[in-house]
Amino acid sequence: MRSFPQYFSDLFGGIRSLLTGLSVTWMELWTKKVTQQYPENRKTLVISDRFRAELSMPHDDNNEHACTACGICQMNCPNGTIRVISRTLETDDGKKKRELDRYIYDLGTCTFCNLCVISCPSDAIKFTNNFENATFTRSKLVQQLNKEGSKLRAKKPVAKAE
Amino acid sequence: MILNYSQPLELSKLTSWIDTALQSALPGFWVLFIELLLVGIALLAAYAVIAIILIYVERKVTAFFQARVGPNRVGKYGIFQTIADVLKILIKEIIQINRVDKFLFFTAPFFMVVASMLTFGVIPFGQGLQAIDFNIGVLYVTAVSSLGIIGVLLAGWSSNNKYSMIGAMRSGAQFVSYELSAGFALMTMVVLSGTMQLGEMVETQRYCWNIFNGHLASLVAFVIYLISGHAETNRGPFDLPEAESELTAGYHTEYSGLQFGFFYLAEYLNMFIIAAIAATVFLGGWMPVQIWGWDAFNQLMWYIPSYVWFFGKVGVLIFFSLWVRWSFPRLRIDQLLNLEWKYLLPINLVNILIMVLIVLSGLTLTDIFGK
Repeated sequence: MRSFPQYFSDLFGGIRSLLTGLSVTWMELWTKKVTQQYPENRKTLVISDRFRAELSMPHDDNNEHACTACGICQMNCPNGTIRVISRTLETDDGKKKRELDRYIYDLGTCTFCNLCVISCPSDAIKFTNNFENATFTRSKLVQQLNKEGSKLRAKKPVAKAE
Repeated sequence: MILNYSQPLELSKLTSWIDTALQSALPGFWVLFIELLLVGIALLAAYAVIAIILIYVERKVTAFFQARVGPNRVGKYGIFQTIADVLKILIKEIIQINRVDKFLFFTAPFFMVVASMLTFGVIPFGQGLQAIDFNIGVLYVTAVSSLGIIGVLLAGWSSNNKYSMIGAMRSGAQFVSYELSAGFALMTMVVLSGTMQLGEMVETQRYCWNIFNGHLASLVAFVIYLISGHAETNRGPFDLPEAESELTAGYHTEYSGLQFGFFYLAEYLNMFIIAAIAATVFLGGWMPVQIWGWDAFNQLMWYIPSYVWFFGKVGVLIFFSLWVRWSFPRLRIDQLLNLEWKYLLPINLVNILIMVLIVLSGLTLTDIFGK
């Protein structure tokens, strides 16, 4: 059995804590609303940089990418989402060289785990913020990431000079 | 003493005009018949309109408390959202549940609606806007609003579902307990006003609201009435009967379509009724703010029609109820009953005693300052 003073201190302590709670929600009532009015605010919508929405292969102005078609991303992918199709070329001095033919990415099976980007030795791929990925057919989810007629970026001139 | 202030926008002018027009055209019986019909239709319409407005208001206020924007697609600021919801619920299928007690299952929602509907008869919405002014209005309100629990219990019993049953039983325990506190709080005010007639109660609060009139005792009674009112309406931190994490939806789990709509409607209307009774008994009802001797100011206040005052006061109380709902965590059933039986009830008993002493020794504010 609790003591009589304890009863009253419990009572008033309880009332005080309730009033504290009310004041917290009162402040919350006047805070800025955080809802994103999505289709209307497409222009001003801010997506976090680290958000992984879609795999992409950046190309520079000369339509060159950094993918050497080594296939490490394909091996690291847990879902078989990436298929690197390469072709073999013969260079002028008679060496055989592997080159990227098609880089196939199936958005439908991707879990956005980022393993491909982490494991890529030449930083050829990265995830972009382009999250509006809905399509009407599944086949449209399968994309080719390297652009038509693109080729491997040549090694940097600094490396050549050595 | 009735002071004659000019009241240009009162609805009582319209009602008395209708009355005289009917009196001159028809024999007595038909006048009564048509007037009863009109009052009934007006109350039913008010019932539906208030529910629709309340649902919209609750969704908006809830959203603001959670830093959201709330319904904003149907119409400007989403004002037609509730109407769309009502239309949807009207055309939804009422699903037949196997092995329910058919008769009771279909009766239960009507009990809920009728209980809250009956209360509307005595609520003074404004000057002269009261269907019937009983001399035992307070008693009638408490009696009639207790009927709702029968609907809840029947719904739980007839649903053939253990969750419904547990929810209904919890609701029963909760309702019976808190009805006691609400009754005592109202009784404190009856002691203070010396009348049970709601119309007269409003009149006695002309210059001093009951909440101030009895000093601290009134304030305590007001707080207790609000707490037990929330508990009676199964809302706020007291929504145990439909604790969705434990009981899916409690007593209305098996209800669908319009039948569920009835429960939903009754819940919102009960919230309104609690606020309306609290406003009438504690905050002066439809009476505008009046200060003794300031005739110009009083006249100014009377230009605002009495029903605006009433709905304003009710609105403040409803906002408070929503505020409480989104501030406090839900109580456990044992905590709920502890709160009532170990705290509210003893406080209430002492409170009513103090109030009686205050009134008997002539220490109320109106007694001290003499009208």
